[in-house]
Amino acid sequence: MQPDTSYNYRVVRQFAVMTVVWGVVGMLVGVIIAAQLIWPDLGFNTPWLSYGRLRPLHTNAVIFAFGGCALFATSLYAVQRTCYARLFAGGLAEFAFWGWQAVIVLAAITLPLGYTSGKEYAELEWPIDILITLVWVSYAIVFFGTIARRKTPHIYVANWFFGAFILTVAILHLVNSAALPVSFWKSYSAYAGVQDAMVQWWYGHNAVGFFLTAGFLGMMYYFIPKQAERPIYSYRLSVVHFWALIFTYMWAGPHHLHYTALPDWTQSLGMVFSLILLAPSWGGMINGVMTLSGAWHKLRTDPILKFLIVSLSFYGMSTFEGPMMSIKTVNALSHYTDWTIGHVHSGALGWVGLVSMGSIYFLIPRLFNRPGMYSIRLITLHFWLATVGIVLYIAAMWIAGVMQGLMWRAVGSDGTLTYTFVESVKATYPFYVIRLAGGILYLAGMLIMAWNVFKTIAAGTPAVAPIPLPAHA
Amino acid sequence: MSDFTSGFWEIYIGVITIVSIIACLVLLMAMSSRRVAGGTSQTTGHTWDEDLGEYNNPLPRWWMWLFIITIVFGLAYLVLYPGLGLYRGTLNWTSTGEYQEEIKLADAQYGPLFQKFSGRDIKAVANDPEARAIGQKLFLNHCAQCHASDGAGSRGFPNLTDGDWLYGGDPETIKTTIANGRNGVMPALGPSLGAEGTRDVAHYVFSLSGHTHDATRAVRGQEKFKSNCAACHGAEGKGNPQLGAPNLSDKIWLHGSSEDQVIATITSGRTSMMPAHKDFLGDAKVHILAAYVYGLAGSATPKR
Repeated sequence: MQPDTSYNYRVVRQFAVMTVVWGVVGMLVGVIIAAQLIWPDLGFNTPWLSYGRLRPLHTNAVIFAFGGCALFATSLYAVQRTCYARLFAGGLAEFAFWGWQAVIVLAAITLPLGYTSGKEYAELEWPIDILITLVWVSYAIVFFGTIARRKTPHIYVANWFFGAFILTVAILHLVNSAALPVSFWKSYSAYAGVQDAMVQWWYGHNAVGFFLTAGFLGMMYYFIPKQAERPIYSYRLSVVHFWALIFTYMWAGPHHLHYTALPDWTQSLGMVFSLILLAPSWGGMINGVMTLSGAWHKLRTDPILKFLIVSLSFYGMSTFEGPMMSIKTVNALSHYTDWTIGHVHSGALGWVGLVSMGSIYFLIPRLFNRPGMYSIRLITLHFWLATVGIVLYIAAMWIAGVMQGLMWRAVGSDGTLTYTFVESVKATYPFYVIRLAGGILYLAGMLIMAWNVFKTIAAGTPAVAPIPLPAHA
Repeated sequence: MSDFTSGFWEIYIGVITIVSIIACLVLLMAMSSRRVAGGTSQTTGHTWDEDLGEYNNPLPRWWMWLFIITIVFGLAYLVLYPGLGLYRGTLNWTSTGEYQEEIKLADAQYGPLFQKFSGRDIKAVANDPEARAIGQKLFLNHCAQCHASDGAGSRGFPNLTDGDWLYGGDPETIKTTIANGRNGVMPALGPSLGAEGTRDVAHYVFSLSGHTHDATRAVRGQEKFKSNCAACHGAEGKGNPQLGAPNLSDKIWLHGSSEDQVIATITSGRTSMMPAHKDFLGDAKVHILAAYVYGLAGSATPKR
């Protein structure tokens, strides 16, 4: 065991490297299923290559493998450095790493085999759910234990968000995954009917709100001021938007169930709180972007800062789009169309993806004792490939989604539907091709990142960072 | 029907909602002063990780207004629409009510168009170009998923263009089929016939339509056919429209004509279901649809 005079970078290194590996895997599966929508024969009549089984593999891989490893890496790095304390319970941190990798590998095996609980973003069956719980409790002990060891009187804002993310995801996972096992790989949800749907989307939307938002805001709050070398814009904005955001998100789930068997009053509540969520969400964007005031020129030369700041603009865009889509009349048009897919990916590729990549580019040289990444130009190339990819992807899905919504509701002079469903599928074809092109560009950027990371690590050695004394009493 | 198991929950959710929204507003107001200690020139004095600091700039005004507007909108919405437990909202809106309103408007607008065909003979409606156009749209949206857009069907879903009918092809029967749906059930005979017996019966069935078959097996199968199959399919295998039992002596095979497929059908039986459309589409549209389907058979060019 290392003495308590240096930071625990080992587990951060492990998670940081696996972020890149799982990023490539998850995005590759995404590209494959995007291609299957154009060429359905790409499933080769093989059950475990079919769209229905690969799609949850893609979502689990990018959210929990890529995004999850990025969150572990950045939170365990930031919490140590902002607390001037080595990780609490290093052995548990090690368990969290190997446990989480086991979860991912089990997901990659069971989902293609067709073992699923059928709950979106919570498909994994109960034995894996139990492993997730063990990993998550270890993670929480390590994280909050480190906070308790801190040598600064105040807790840094990034840690508020990481902390909220860890606590809430624990609750979400336990409640939504409650199930009655009937065999080792089969269970039934503890809830029935519309209650099950409500619990599922309470979970589903808060997976977005806490896993994909609060956690990544924590990342943003550490890496943007670090990379820009500027103080955070406003402490009180942090306070207001933090509490408003974590409180309001909890209510937004029912907007996934507009015009369903869910009672009208529940739908209304979901919509109202989704709208109120706009300002708290934008608070984070403002705080991040305004942190750059006085240092805007750095955006021109620093591709890592480009990743971080552009991720915030996608964050702002998606968090405007989300409340808008939660309005019942808008939802009547957008629901069940590819607009939803576009919305999700503007958040996933634009916000979550870019902020993770920027943070990992920041971390890798520091973790492997290098002055910088192997190639700055390759980071710039990655940035542009990713940005163009996202724009192609989301523009195609917006157009496709609105078109589908309009085609599905169009009626002729006799009141019968103008288009059959299959006509809307046919009309979507060109947009699926554009989406695939966008996805390939995004994956290409990720491959370039993998190469850049590999070359940097190959030239480096594991860094040992001594813990300094806090700057003031 | 109540959404709540007791009056408590209705008040519980309503109070929590209002308090929560107000709390957002209070939080915002508590932090809203323009003059902030420190301001843009000085950080709060806290430092983390050697160089991380924070300014304490006042909240951007436009952002505060955005927050306030959404809160005011939210509260107004909860006055107008249901949202606070069982409180119905001043507009008395319900999603069911909105749906029924739309249906009523649609019926008023399009109803007469459909009604004018209702009293007319289905055969006459089948020749009316306007009715055929409407019928085609209805068919493409409600029938084509199973019966294909040209009505030629697919495995397990009858071809409507070949003039062969399981339940009868006269206009009124077609209308009854669409209105009430059909449940076609063939029981599994594998257990009673045994593997060899099933194969024998299959070859006898092949012989009925002149399909290539093993004559020895067919002879053996004939007896078993009489005792197990003839009750529904008739002694000569001509079928029975009363039961929807297919004619086995023609060359039309709903579930496939290979030896394996026919054996599978006999062994495990078949359950076919056509859903009822009466309540969903209403009599006037079913009438037009029946005419369209009747017309399809008229233009038939057998595909199989």
